[in-house]
Order: sequence, then structure tokens, then C-alpha cells
Amino acid sequence: MAFLRITSPHTHAPTDTSTVMRLVLAATIPGVLALTYFFGAGVLVNIIWASIVAISCEALMLKARGYKVSFFLKDYSAIVTATLLAIAIPPYAPYWIVLVGTAFSIIIGKHLYGGLGNNPFNPAMIGYVVLLISFPIQMTSWAAPINTLPDQPANLGIFDAIAVIFGFAADGVDAFTMATPLDILKQNSSLLVSDVWAANPQFGRWAGIGWESANFWFAIGGCYLLYRKVFTWHAPITMLIALVFWSALFYDGGSSASGGSPMFHLFSGATMFGAFFIVTDPVTSSTSNRGKIIYGGMIGTLLYLIRMWGNYPDAIAFAVLLANFTAPLIDYYVQPRTYGHAKGSSKDKVQP
Amino acid sequence: MRKVFNIPGGIHPPENKHQSNGVPITIAPISDTLVIPLSQHIGAPAKPIVEVGDKVLKGQLIGAATGFVSVPVHAPTSGTVSAIGLHPIPHASGMSGPCISIASDGKDEWIEHAGISDYTQLDKTQLLDIIRNAGIAGMGGAGFPVAVKLAGQPNKPVKTLIINGTECEPYITADDMLMRERSAQIIQGIKILAHIVKPEEVLIGIEDNKPEALAIMRQAVAGENMEVVEFPTKYPSGGEKQLIQILTNKEVPKGGLPADIGIVMQNPGTATAVYQAVVHGKPLISRITTVTGEACETQQNYDVLIGTPMSHLLNLAGFKTAEANRLIMGGPMMGFALQDYAVPIVKTTNCILAPSQDELPEADQEQACIRCGMCVQACPVSLLPQQLYWFSKGKELEKLKTHNLADCIECGCCSYVCPSNIPLVQYYRSSKAAIREHDADHQRAEHSKARFEAREQRLIQEQEAKEAKRKARAEAAQKAKAAKLATAELVQNEDAPTNKDDIIQAAIARTAAKKAAAKTESISDDPIQAAIERAKAKRAGGSIAIETPEQKIAKLEKKLAAAETKFIQAKETGNDKLAAFQAGIDKINQQLADAKTLLSEPQVKAATTDNNSDGDASDAIARAQAKRAAGKAPDTPEQQIEKLKNRLHKAREKLALAEADNSDKLDAFRLSVTTLEQKLASAEKALSESAEN
Repeated sequence: MAFLRITSPHTHAPTDTSTVMRLVLAATIPGVLALTYFFGAGVLVNIIWASIVAISCEALMLKARGYKVSFFLKDYSAIVTATLLAIAIPPYAPYWIVLVGTAFSIIIGKHLYGGLGNNPFNPAMIGYVVLLISFPIQMTSWAAPINTLPDQPANLGIFDAIAVIFGFAADGVDAFTMATPLDILKQNSSLLVSDVWAANPQFGRWAGIGWESANFWFAIGGCYLLYRKVFTWHAPITMLIALVFWSALFYDGGSSASGGSPMFHLFSGATMFGAFFIVTDPVTSSTSNRGKIIYGGMIGTLLYLIRMWGNYPDAIAFAVLLANFTAPLIDYYVQPRTYGHAKGSSKDKVQP
Repeated sequence: MRKVFNIPGGIHPPENKHQSNGVPITIAPISDTLVIPLSQHIGAPAKPIVEVGDKVLKGQLIGAATGFVSVPVHAPTSGTVSAIGLHPIPHASGMSGPCISIASDGKDEWIEHAGISDYTQLDKTQLLDIIRNAGIAGMGGAGFPVAVKLAGQPNKPVKTLIINGTECEPYITADDMLMRERSAQIIQGIKILAHIVKPEEVLIGIEDNKPEALAIMRQAVAGENMEVVEFPTKYPSGGEKQLIQILTNKEVPKGGLPADIGIVMQNPGTATAVYQAVVHGKPLISRITTVTGEACETQQNYDVLIGTPMSHLLNLAGFKTAEANRLIMGGPMMGFALQDYAVPIVKTTNCILAPSQDELPEADQEQACIRCGMCVQACPVSLLPQQLYWFSKGKELEKLKTHNLADCIECGCCSYVCPSNIPLVQYYRSSKAAIREHDADHQRAEHSKARFEAREQRLIQEQEAKEAKRKARAEAAQKAKAAKLATAELVQNEDAPTNKDDIIQAAIARTAAKKAAAKTESISDDPIQAAIERAKAKRAGGSIAIETPEQKIAKLEKKLAAAETKFIQAKETGNDKLAAFQAGIDKINQQLADAKTLLSEPQVKAATTDNNSDGDASDAIARAQAKRAAGKAPDTPEQQIEKLKNRLHKAREKLALAEADNSDKLDAFRLSVTTLEQKLASAEKALSESAEN
């Protein structure tokens, strides 16, 4: 009889790439629900719309590159990219914002760099930055959280959201947007932090209403992924530690020049979402454990630098893209010590 | 409780051990035909010492070891040698190897054998001889000759003897069952091993997924100077390097051996074999093998004779051919797929795994690497598998080297966890082969380059020698002409020279004579150099005859006589060239002396005459140079033997290293060890003969 001619190992763990991707998608659910609750159905509409665009672009590119479309579509990677990008886009941004951003992410950010696994930059963040730089108005018009506008007690339902996003609604998006807490604190130059809190309805316990909840639930989702060993703690936790370290170092107790407390930074903007869903993107980050610590620490530091002294109120995308540049270099120089090698012996090696 | 240490990475695949460890070890009935491969171990294959048709008895030596790193093979049962030749052997490549086939006579009749009642009376060498002659190779999987491992190195005392009862591979339960059922034999074997290597401590490492074996072994070591160490189950804890790390927190240095850090590791099966060999005088002719997998009706362990065809054992286990999708020797992580189930059980066959399609399905299609890093977390030797994968794909051999691909133990953890189904280990194996090939090519290229450069150098030297010879000849001719002229002048001018032209002529002649003299002197300066020059010149010139020293002396004497005549004539006439003639005579005298010295040196003479007789100039050059380099008395036989021993020791060390690395130069090392052994043997024989005389 003819036996299979295979070399070891002959057995395989039951996980596959699509399982990993589905787990990531599942882990975004609590955060997405929190965002939907506070900012309305636009969040969901964006995610679905972005997914449709992403799958279409992915299929198109796979076909153009001569891959078997049905097999490679099943890895869910395009939907993950689309979901992450859509979460970052303001809930009622016009449809073409999502269209342009997602198409750019998938076509240029991913496939033109060689497809899944070969892209040096996080595709979702590439798409986000392209949008932020090209369409700053649309990209900074965040919806007001629920119950913060006097004439808008509840958030938009799904059909209203579709109408607004695809341009059928009478009112523009301006009618229900508000500056984000990060923005307010950045612009503030005269009020004490406690006064800022009192003067603006969108501030909550630690940070903005809605924002702090969304951050909390994204962190829960992230912990689930940690538990499932989809990624290791090194990059996200170091990033958060770095952010806390710098914000604590520069926090003056709440003067008018204050940049916000560590808790404010942890629960504002895209901190938790970034830490657990963007920084942990395996393709574009460092791979060794020590490398991930450097990588995460760098993102946390850049995040604080840009939030405090940069031109943008939030900075996850820029911090991550800058760190993406360094990832291959970190990987090269930070190799773990292999069994049987003397400490530091991996340093005497050829130059890149 | 002893502290155990964690190794990085590792995985927890389904253990699948319960299928085969519920039934006691069964003694497998003897197969009609047994096929004994001559190479079941790392090292030189054994040499058959029986012939087809010979009757053999159980335990009889049928293949003799052919070197230091080699072990003999014995007949597993009584019968007739039915064939000696190539037969499929268990090997990853599915190849055939030299085997001795024995048709069993069913009597299973032992050859006369006797054990040692008190092994403590024997010294290390005697015990090692017993172990070597019993054909014991490591039974954990690699099959390294046990005696070689135990012999160790004189300057490296053994601190810890570790018995590896880990058996971390899924499915395999051979060591587990052995420890449960034959703990007393294992302990006896360990005591013999300990008597040989004299360790400070003896540790028996067992994973915590074998509670029965742990309990029995703990009981068995009571009162002995050994310790059973339990540690958490994780694959690949049973790797030699990994277990050392778990038990001692030490790491075997890169490129080194456990012996370098004072550790020797053996398998429980090996300990039993050592016990059987020493106490009962029985060679290694059987072992415990697990037969498992869903394609077998009964999954259990067999005590089976080495050489039993796997088909025989599979039939016993109710193997269903239609259900098996592959046949694996070893476990699912590191075992290799067999292509033929007629291959025999060998000393390293710890398991035959016949899984069904559902049990070990074929791998899914490979997807893109998403650099998820699960492989990094799983790697037990802290490599970066995904980087190695990129470099393998890109054939970046230098980067693979700097990322320590050579340290990969091919345990398969990375492939196991990879969510994209990338066969990482296969990539690494392929890359390791590519690196070996590349290095070999590089070495060959370097060798050719060196040869080419040496040739260029030689051609240049020959050209130069030819040129020098040509110049010397031209000058000699000129000198002769000048001398002739001078003589003529002497004859012509009995009185003082009056002609201006004549004076100038004479001056030219003097200068030429001096030059020629100087040249001759420089050539004959160093007799050996001269010999070399002559030989070279001969080779270059071909037709130019080389003088023998005798001829040269005769010539010079003639010359001297002529010069002296001239000198006397000049003196008589009061010639002003008197000084020049005197100098000429001195030179010739010196040359004569040189030539005589040359003649008196027998070695050089030999070189020169040989050179003349066989005409092989390059040989003469080599000999002359070698003589110049050596220039001392030859070694006494004792010194030679001492030297050979040193070289042999070094060669063995290299071989052991190469074996540990599984280097591709293994054969070369083996050959050198064997050659050296032969040389040593003949030198010793010569010495003893000369002593007798």
C-alpha cells in the first residue's frame, strides 16, 4: 500500500487563521455595542458598509493578483480591517469617507504591498490617516453622546443613520456633533480642569461620556483575546503603562495647562481600542516578546507626545504608523537568546 | 521536593497515551523471518561476520562493530541466515540498507552466555566493553552508541546522571510501561551506569502525566542514591537539552555536548539493556515498542525482537490497512512516515503509529503568514520561527544563520500551532540542507581557489627559475669568452700591455669574471637551494643536463688547475691582473669546497641522484623542502603511537560533536577515526613485534 509521504509533525492544533480573525471580530462586539449605545446606529452602519466595500475590494484584488478568491476571502482579514477602520471613523461621516478609506486600506495599504502578511503598515490606520489628512472636517465631526444635546434626547436609529450617512436626510451631520473631550482639553488654555468638566456636558466620571464606556468595553474584549492567547500582553500593556507613565509625569493636578490625568488618557479617544486591537496587529508589529515591549512602549510614548504637543487631539493612528516603521529594525536587533547561547551573543552578527 | 525549572515555549497536544497503556506489555511471538539492519545506530555500520546458510543461535554476534563509534548486531533468535543484502529499513527517506535476514527455526535457542555476578569488581573499561559488545545504542530515539557516551572525556567529570523517563511525545507509552513493569531492572541498570560514570547525583525525570510510573519508580528508588523528579507535562520536555534545562536549569552550550556541563543522559530502556548485558550477558536483541493508532484494533506495548517486520507486529495488533492514512515510526510530532510496512523493528523503534484519516488528517492548505507570533511563543529554544520562515522563503542563508537556524531541534511546536497551516519545520529542514550545500560549495570553491593560486605561483617560480638559469648560462658563456680573451692576451703580451684597447678588454673581462664568480657563488650558496634550483631548472628547461656533484667537482678541479697555471704565468710575467687571477682561484676553490660538502651530504645526494634517475623534478623539490623543514631525527615507535593516540582522541571528539550536530561530515569523521584506529593498531603491533625481536 502507498502511505502518505509526509515529514513531521503529523499533527496540528485546531486553530486556523480564520478562527483568529473571527475571535478578533467577536472581541470588538462589547466596545461596538457601547459605541452604538452612546453615539447611535451610525457606528453599525459604518461597520457594515465598510465590510461590504472591503470584501469587494479584496475579491477584486485577489482576482487581479491571480489568487483563488473563495479560499482567501475566508480568512476574514478584510472584514477585520474594515471593522477596525469603521470603528475609528465618526459615526455619521458621509458614505464616501468610508468608501475611500476602506478602499485605500485594502487596495493600497494591503494588496499593493503584497497582501496579507506582507504589509508594513497597519491597513486600517493607513486608511484612517489618509482620511484624516484629506477630509479633516468630516473626520473630526464626532456625534454627540446620548443625552448631551438639549434637543436630541436619543440617538439616531438605523434608518435615520443610513439617511444621514448616504445623504438623504434634511439635517446635515452638523446638527448633532460635538467636540470630543480630548479636543476640548487640548484647546483649553484658561480654565482649570475642574471648570472644563463643569462647563461641558460631554464629560463624565474620568473622561468623556460614552468614551469611557467604550474604552472600558474594548478593554474587556481585549482581555478576552489575551485569555484566548490571540496575542500576548507585551505590546498592549506596555503601551498603556507608557501612556500612564507620561501622563502621570506631566499631570499637575488640574491646572489650565494640564493635559489630563492618567485616567483621562486611559479612557479617552481610542486608547483601549488602539491598545488591544490596533497595536496588537501581528503583521505590522514586532514579533519577539522584548521587541513587543519596545514597540508598545514607543506607541504609548508617541501617543502622549502627539496628544499633548501635536496638532491632532488623538494620535493612535500616527503613533502606530510611526512604530510600524521601526518594527523590522526592532525585530532585527532584539532577538531572544537562543538555547545554549551565551547572554548577548546574538549581538555579534552581520549588519542588516 | 526538588525544584524544577520551566522551559520556554512548548505545547500541549492531545496526549493519546491511554489507548496503549491499559494493557500489560505482551511478548510478541517470533516472526518467521527477522531482518536485522547493520546500521541501527549513529556511527559506522556493523560488518556481517556470517554467511548465507550459516546456522546462528539467539544472541550470537552476526555483525561486528567497525570502529569506535559503532555497535555490533546479534541474532535475535536461532535459525539460518537466509540473506545478506539490501532491504528496506526504517528511514525517513524510505531507503534500503544492508541487512542480515534470519529464517527462524522456532527453537529460540540461546547461545552460551554468562553474566557478571558482581559488576562492582569490574572497572570502567571492562564494563564499557561489555556494553559495547552487547550492541547497545541509545533506545530513546537517536541510537547513539551508549559505550561512547558513557566513556566520556577524562577532563570532564560527570556531575549528574539523568534517566529520561519523560516520553513527552503523544501516543508513545513504551517507557511508561517499562517503568511500571520492570522498575527493578531499570534501577539495576542505572546502578551499573552510575558505577561507570561515577556521578554526584542520579535523577530520574518523569512527566506528571504518568502517575503510575512515578509511584512505582519512587518505590523502586527507596534506599538508593537516586531521586525521581516529577515535572509538569509539556511537549518537548523529553528532548535531551530540554530535560537538562528542566532538571538543572543549565543549558548545553551551543555546539557542545551535555558532557561539557557534567551531564550524561540515558533512557530507561537503555538502562534495562545495560542490566541485561552486564548481569545476564544478554546482548540487545529485543525492546518494548508501542503499537497504536486507530487503524489498530488493539493498541498496546509489545516486547518484540529486533528485526521483527513491522507488518508482523501490525498483524498482531489487528491493523486495518484500509483505515490507515500513514504509518509513522515514533510519535506524531517528530516521528517519520514509513513507506513500507515490511521494514523491521530496530533498536530505536519506540512506537509504531498507524493513525486513521480522522485521527491525523492531512494538513490543510497553507495560508499566508500573518506573523501572529504563536510560533514564537511555542518555540522551546527561543527562536523566531516566523522570521526564519521569511528568510527560508527568501533563501537568505546568512540571515538564517544569524537567526540561529542551526539551533532548531525540529520538535514541530511551531508547525503545530501555526494557524495558517504553514509547514514550518519542513521549510527549516530544507533551509538547513541548503545551508549545508552552500557551505560545501563554498568550501569546494575555496579549495579550488587555493589550488589555482598555488599553481599560478608555481608557474611564476618556474618561469623565474628558467630566466635565472638562462642568465647564468649567458654570463657563464661571457665569462668563458673573457677568460679565453685574457689567456690570449697573456700569450700575446708577454710584456706589459701597451694597447689601450687591450686594457679596456681586460677590464671588461675582469668585471665579467667577478660577476660570474659572484653568480656561481650565490647559486651554490645553499646546497639544498641549489638542488631545488637545479631540479626546477631541469623541469623548466627539460633538456639541460644536471651535473652530479662528482661531475661538478671534476669540472671545478680542472678549472682550478687552469686558473693556477694562468696565475703562475701572470706572476712570472709580473702581470697587473695578478689580483684578479688570485680572486678567481679563491672563488673556484670555494666552489670546489661547496661541491664537496654537497657530495658528503648523503640526503641531498640522494635527492639529487633520485632526481636524475627518475626525472621527476617536482618530487625532488618536495623531498628537498621536506628535508629542510624536518631536519630532525624521526620519531620512535612509542612517540608515533602516542601521537596517533592523540590524533585518535581528537578525531573521536570531533566525531561525537558531529554526531550531536548530525553534521554531514559525519562519514568523513568516521572514516578518519577508523583510519587512525587502524594506524594505531598496526603501530602497536609493530612495536610489540620489535619488542619481541
